[in-house]
Amino acid sequence: MKKAAKKRAAPKTGAASGGLLSSYDTGGYWCELQGHSHHALAASAELARRLDSFSISELKKRSNAATREFMTLGVTFTVYSNRDQVDRILPFDVIPRVIPAAEWERLERGVVQRVAAMNAFLGDIYGAQKAIKDGVVPADLVFGNANYRKEMQDLPVPHGTYIHVCGTDIVRGKDGRFRVLEDNGRTPSGVSYVVENRHLMQRAFPDLVQDLPIRPVSNYGQKLAEALSQIAPAGVSDPQIVLLSPGSFNSAYFEHIFLAREMGVPLVEGRDLVVEADKVFMKTVGGMAPVHVIYRRLNDDFLDPEVFRPDSMLGVAGLMRAYRKGNIALANAVGTGVADDKAIYAYLPRLIRYYLGEEAIIDNVETHICREPEGLKFTLDRMDELVVKPVGESGGYGVVIGPRVSKRELAEARDKLTANPSNFISQPMIELSVSPTLCGRTIEPRHVDLRPFAVTGQSTWVLPGGLTRVALRKGSLIVNSSQGGGSKDTWVLG
Amino acid sequence: MARLLARFADCVFWTARYVERSISLARVLDVNQAYSQDAKGNRNWQSILTFYADEERFAELYKQLSADAVIAFYTTDPRNLASIRSCLRQARENARTIRPLISTEMWSQLNALHRKIKPLKASSVTSKTLSNFATLVKEGCQTHVGITMETFYRDEAYHFYMLGQQLERADQTTRLLDVKFAQLRAGATEMGSATDVSQWNALLRAAAGFQAYRRRHPVTAMSPQSVAHFLLLNPMFPRSLLCAVNGANDALNALRREAGLTTGARAQKRLRAFQSALMDLDIDEIMARGMDEAMDWVQRELNEIGDLVTKEFFGRS
Repeated sequence: MKKAAKKRAAPKTGAASGGLLSSYDTGGYWCELQGHSHHALAASAELARRLDSFSISELKKRSNAATREFMTLGVTFTVYSNRDQVDRILPFDVIPRVIPAAEWERLERGVVQRVAAMNAFLGDIYGAQKAIKDGVVPADLVFGNANYRKEMQDLPVPHGTYIHVCGTDIVRGKDGRFRVLEDNGRTPSGVSYVVENRHLMQRAFPDLVQDLPIRPVSNYGQKLAEALSQIAPAGVSDPQIVLLSPGSFNSAYFEHIFLAREMGVPLVEGRDLVVEADKVFMKTVGGMAPVHVIYRRLNDDFLDPEVFRPDSMLGVAGLMRAYRKGNIALANAVGTGVADDKAIYAYLPRLIRYYLGEEAIIDNVETHICREPEGLKFTLDRMDELVVKPVGESGGYGVVIGPRVSKRELAEARDKLTANPSNFISQPMIELSVSPTLCGRTIEPRHVDLRPFAVTGQSTWVLPGGLTRVALRKGSLIVNSSQGGGSKDTWVLG
Repeated sequence: MARLLARFADCVFWTARYVERSISLARVLDVNQAYSQDAKGNRNWQSILTFYADEERFAELYKQLSADAVIAFYTTDPRNLASIRSCLRQARENARTIRPLISTEMWSQLNALHRKIKPLKASSVTSKTLSNFATLVKEGCQTHVGITMETFYRDEAYHFYMLGQQLERADQTTRLLDVKFAQLRAGATEMGSATDVSQWNALLRAAAGFQAYRRRHPVTAMSPQSVAHFLLLNPMFPRSLLCAVNGANDALNALRREAGLTTGARAQKRLRAFQSALMDLDIDEIMARGMDEAMDWVQRELNEIGDLVTKEFFGRS
């Protein structure tokens, strides 16, 4: 007993005399907590004060408990190796990232604007094609795009919404400015982590969360279900919504489960659905039941073997017939991949101006299109300074970070680029902002990005905050989960 | 009212069946262990292989019959799809598919149980540690059932859960009797001997029915007739054949009446006919005719009902 008392009496490092964050060094990057200063920014001051009273051991202990809880709950993504299925959790960092209300409101408007422009663009290219005729976008970028679906031509969609769920990847550079890095307008994932991370923080860190004006995120399922109801075929008052998943081997299967659960709708696979007389039904214990709206987490290619890949075992034969007849609504619509393509991305500021008559609220990262001679020359001249990205890949695959690779790797990348320039874009290297992160037994800066989620039916709603992905390896700029990234709870405060 | 997806009903049904199978297997192994400390140890383990008709599969995987080999085969061996580890894996996989349907509590407990069993090696469970392992499995499965009763929303999915659980239980109880009577016929023990009584005792314990049996038959000596009657036809003992069949019938009725399903008519008809036939059974007659013949009939009926459920509700054949 005496010993314990003595141990307790030893002063815990307090806020004033070197607390948890006292030896934290931003490394010269923009820090989400401190900016370029050495103390917390106004919006984060209270969080920093509370964090400072934690010991590393306590933080570590709670972090471990949180990890265990994620495993028990099965908040996992699935990785396959040697035909064995391994469930991994997306590593979770316990130090939240804060977005001040004023900054968030601008981001929110910027995201809404972008989604509006992309939807207008999709409506146009699958309709009158004015932007192409007016020379805003080169025709071959649209029609030559692997994600362009001629089946969508002249097919009206409810409220002109093609992209019902959009995940916009936003980064902050050394100058503290937000820029859009990428749009995900097909089947963006990650929103389940936003909600689960928050729930976990509330359970594991009641003392951090308590009484702070954190904007809630747990109504995402409700908002999504509302938007999906709004796009139901005409005349259907109580639509049957389902979520279409490729199945349990898909890496995002947990998210599919999560979304179906949050909305209270069946999580179906292709084999559960049938099309009869151009209408979609699901096989229930009581026979066939009509389906009106499908939130699909299956790529276009696999959706309907009659129209797209004939070898698809995951889709539903006849789905496109039902779609074209207006008997079923699909979210996201078919063919949205044209708008989130890395090549079209470069044109988005111009498309915002063209369709909305506005300037982009959030800038793009400066982008060079290698299919254009000047873009190619610019890129080849500065390969050691630029990040070169293949336009067709996702998940961070094939990205070459000029300043970080060896001469040999650079030469290989140059060969690939010259062999097929139209497959690449390049961007200056953004020194992503950092956020204090628990690494072993210290708090270190780690690079982060942000993926807010926008849900659009009749209008657009943005989930406050979004998924903050964090590159857990020291110095790494790659935040993708498939490349060893983790995530953080993201607080919009005030 | 959203109708239950046929594939989900299938998964709920099988989640329940696999959990029931796991706990039944854990009971059988545990009890067998307790009563296999005599010279006939290996023969007792052999009888379990007979009981589950696994002799061939076992011989493919193991060179020699020993207590530890049979234990490994039925507890941790991933190659045996009927091992406890495999059953719990399949229960968990089915539960994973229906996660949007079941409570978070049901899921996370089953997931955690599977995560406890999964890393065990073949050598992890031996005759020395079997009892601890069986306790872990029994407690885990019972906790699962308890959480299910406490949290599972009582719609069609719940009734399919009950249907699966009760049909599996009926099957497991009859297998238990079957093997005991096979031993009797083989003259492995003399009826009425100390070993014989202790084996009837073991049988009751394997079905978690010892205390219940004693409440029904205080002080009397244990006779094959009274134990068989209790395990087959006592309507109040939750693991008796009749009680399980009544439970399955209730679940089917609920599906047809409360949930208003028009499918499943043939399964219901067959189950009702089976239920009345059971209630007309005379235990002395069964004993006279031969228990194995009676149990064959029971298992054929149960299989047929299971097949009809699969065809009519799940659209599988």
